[in-house]
Amino acid sequence: MSTLGPGDRVRVRDDWPETGGMPVHVRTPHYVRGQEGTVLRALGAFPDPADLAFARPAATRALYHVIFAQRALWPDGRPDEEASDEVLVELYEHWLERA
Amino acid sequence: MDGIDDILTADGARLYEAVTALLACRGLITAAEIDARVRATDAASPAQGARMVARAWSDPAYRVRLLGDGTRAAEEMGIPMRGLPPLGVLENTPHLHHLVVCTLCSCYPRAVLGYPPFWFKSAAYRARAVRDPRGTIAEWRTTLPAGTHIRVVDSTADYRWMVLPLRPDDTEDWDEARLAAIVRDTDMIGVTVPTA
Amino acid sequence: MEDDPRRAHHDMGGVSRLACRAIDTGPHALTDFDKRVDALRQLLGAKGIMSVDELRRGIEAIDEPTYHRLGYYERWMRSIADNLLARGVVTADELRAALGAPASGA
Repeated sequence: MSTLGPGDRVRVRDDWPETGGMPVHVRTPHYVRGQEGTVLRALGAFPDPADLAFARPAATRALYHVIFAQRALWPDGRPDEEASDEVLVELYEHWLERA
Repeated sequence: MDGIDDILTADGARLYEAVTALLACRGLITAAEIDARVRATDAASPAQGARMVARAWSDPAYRVRLLGDGTRAAEEMGIPMRGLPPLGVLENTPHLHHLVVCTLCSCYPRAVLGYPPFWFKSAAYRARAVRDPRGTIAEWRTTLPAGTHIRVVDSTADYRWMVLPLRPDDTEDWDEARLAAIVRDTDMIGVTVPTA
Repeated sequence: MEDDPRRAHHDMGGVSRLACRAIDTGPHALTDFDKRVDALRQLLGAKGIMSVDELRRGIEAIDEPTYHRLGYYERWMRSIADNLLARGVVTADELRAALGAPASGA
């Protein structure tokens, strides 16, 4: 099921299901959408919470741990010693595309 | 307006009484079941996670198992994990410090740390940890040695994450029980580091 | 830096409005109500009546001012009631009637 592997560069889809006017349940944080990161590890496959939240049949989705440079997400002008800080997020495969 | 706002805006305690009375009447959930579940949940506490950390500090083979499969390593210590989300363990090193947050809700490794603390659920923590981790841990007066980088772990999906902190200096001759006694919930989320 | 206006209000990572808010690091003991709602949620999940994902969706449906005004487990209770009504596990009429009865005091 896992088609991505450690070290793969990915981009999170720049999608905003919240804005469609229908109730949705999204587990991809807003701050990584459209951002590039690196797969750290595959975490297995799980039923999609976007479906579970509405008690409907859930697609099985591969889940990945993806690392982002913290400074790329928030260029807040931090000192250089913090340049290597990272944010690690669990993301489902259908939110990721190869970068 | 869906016509149930008057119900949903009722006082929480009254709503609880009304809902549980109906569920009991339906035979779906009894008061005794709720009592039993409260007791079972109270049994999970940071002492569980602390035992795992102390074992990992003392037993290199257990450390490997813990980092490989947190769920099985917890079960090995007698901690019930059945039906719960998988547990992942994040290893701190002299160069890498982990900080766990759930920006979307309050996902917390409850099986090994108990109920999530107030601060973990707070809007301020959820907002700040991913953007300003060093300022966030400074709220606990935590500072990291120069050269340590931070990896903030946003717990957004199916896993629950706990941190395996660094063993403090000057604890070489300590046994597991003594080590476990210094490990706090905050150390296993990463807002603090244990000290001897 | 401006926050993305497309963000849902519960999706709080990095939100500028909260960037300077102090974190209350002190201990807060759970109340009996808190523990009972928590236990109820677990039982609803274990019995397949309502999933934790449905709980979250129900919490996210609470409007932003109310979300911040309510306590943590008050949000849960509101979502539980919302879900049980939507699922038809309980009806609005019988829940209204039960709410009208004097509180029995847990």
